[in-house]
Amino acid sequence: MNGLIPIVKRELLSYFRSPVAYIFIIIFLISTAGATWFLGSFYQSNQSSLDPFFFFHPWLYLFLIPAVGMRLWAEDRRSGTIELLLTLPVNLLTAVLGKFLAAWLFVGIALALTFPMAATVYYLGSPDTGLVVTGYLGSFLMAGSYLAIACFTSSMTKNQVISFVLGFFICLILVLLGWGFLQALLVNVFPVWLADAITFFSFSSHFEGFHRGLIDSRDVIYFLSIIGFMLFATVIVLEHRKAS
Amino acid sequence: MIEVKELVKRFGNITAVDGISFDVDKGEVLGFLGPNGAGKSTTMKMITCFLAPTSGTVIVGGKDILEDPLAVRRQIGYLPESAPSYPEMTVLEFLRFMAEMRSIPRGEIGGRIEEILATTGLEEVRHQIIETLSKGYRQRTCFAQALLHDPEVLILDEPTDGLDPNQKHEVRELIKRMRHEKTIILSTHILEEMEAVCSRAVIIAQGKIVADGTPAELAAKSRYHNAVTVRTRDPQAAALREKLQLIGGVNEVEFTPGQDGGPASFTLFSENNRPILPDVTKFLETHDVAVEEIFAERGRVDEVFRNVTQPVA
Ligand SMILES: Nc1ncnc2c1ncn2[C@@H]1O[C@H](COP(=O)(O)OP(=O)(O)O)[C@@H](O)[C@H]1O
Ligand SMILES: [Mg+2]
Repeated sequence: MNGLIPIVKRELLSYFRSPVAYIFIIIFLISTAGATWFLGSFYQSNQSSLDPFFFFHPWLYLFLIPAVGMRLWAEDRRSGTIELLLTLPVNLLTAVLGKFLAAWLFVGIALALTFPMAATVYYLGSPDTGLVVTGYLGSFLMAGSYLAIACFTSSMTKNQVISFVLGFFICLILVLLGWGFLQALLVNVFPVWLADAITFFSFSSHFEGFHRGLIDSRDVIYFLSIIGFMLFATVIVLEHRKAS
Repeated sequence: MIEVKELVKRFGNITAVDGISFDVDKGEVLGFLGPNGAGKSTTMKMITCFLAPTSGTVIVGGKDILEDPLAVRRQIGYLPESAPSYPEMTVLEFLRFMAEMRSIPRGEIGGRIEEILATTGLEEVRHQIIETLSKGYRQRTCFAQALLHDPEVLILDEPTDGLDPNQKHEVRELIKRMRHEKTIILSTHILEEMEAVCSRAVIIAQGKIVADGTPAELAAKSRYHNAVTVRTRDPQAAALREKLQLIGGVNEVEFTPGQDGGPASFTLFSENNRPILPDVTKFLETHDVAVEEIFAERGRVDEVFRNVTQPVA
């Protein structure tokens, strides 16, 4: 893992040198707050919890996270810096992990900046602190999974738009698998065990527990497995590029 | 130091590198020449373990690129063709990052970077964002990165591309200063550059080696090798042609009439490229020709280059 820390530091520095990062954070804050207020009827719900806030995260992340992830490898490929990075004496996994961690931290920073939402809830009532903490934790883990998928699609192309669209669709499928309407449909078409198995792979079903205050190790393992699997797939894609 | 063995690289049905083999020893500067698309960059990308060969391999300092790529990369400083760097970083930040990636001990990084900034003439732009630098400085920033860890081997892909003549000169001087301690491969399509800095040249075309030798050996393959060129303002110059043809050993004479008041010029080619300068000098003296300039040619590398890289029509 030699070189991991320098890569993370460098990537983060690059994020904050670019106006795109600040624009992203602003859009992140506006869209999460907007969804909570207007779609989630935050005020009317009259219950002091962050439920309406977290409820929309799986949907908002669909376009927010691939937007962060799309440049991960695509940009290095376009500018040629990939040739510097991958001729340094570090293994490919370190490079992939370093870039991913930096992007995840960046998303984590954006997520942490939504603290005024939490503060408002505390101001209006007395929410269950446990719920707030698990909600944030779950959201961060879920963001990591989306990001790992975007990292994977980014490694496949130089073109950031293609990378975004691919990432969006893979994430969309994983979100839709857990959508109530689709679940009902699946149960009608497939045997129950198969319908359940398909639903098992959805993001939303694993995120639900977190915003009900539960940290189920299966949910944590699910998100970490998606991350691990997608980063591994990224390594394979880059290894394959080298040989082709 | 570097052994390239039967290297082949295919991209789909394009064969970019087609069975290239050569060795480079320490102290040598190998000029890698060839027209655009010949496969120079592809070969260098395989030596630096950026691309995997379709077949064949390269041994760098005893380590095989297929078996121990990290050990190979540690020994190499690489300047890619496009001289990439991270545009949003300052020169100092960029070099510090590369030094950390090279595992240079923390305490030594500062001193090492200072040294390299001085060698590459980047001292005054150290705090500047790379994006705002001129092309020449960006090129040198990437060059500096290749020297940071004082590598045994330097792989430089068109190191003077896009530089102005002064900058070209500086880069060549830098390479000349380093050549005794290192093993250097540089690609170029500028022939004067090859003659100025390389101890040996390998010319490739369409992925294959078509010539390999010292610059003098390559020049000797030229039709101009040992040819004699004479410039004269003699008003009867044109009439001389026939007579020059009769000198022993001369088998062809080219005549270019003087233009804009300049001297006329003859080029005399000898049989089998034998030296004929003494015979020609004697002839001109006995015939009282007023000679402005006379010299024997070493050979023209550009002509050799064209001959070996162009498929026979
Ligand atoms: N990634 C690639 N995919 C497909 N073809 C490539 C790729 N890289 C290089 N080539 C082809 O390989 C040949 C050699 O290219 P290159 O090594 O860049 O030549 P040079 O550096 O001598 O100009 C060219 O025909 C080029 O189009
Ligand atoms: Mg090239």
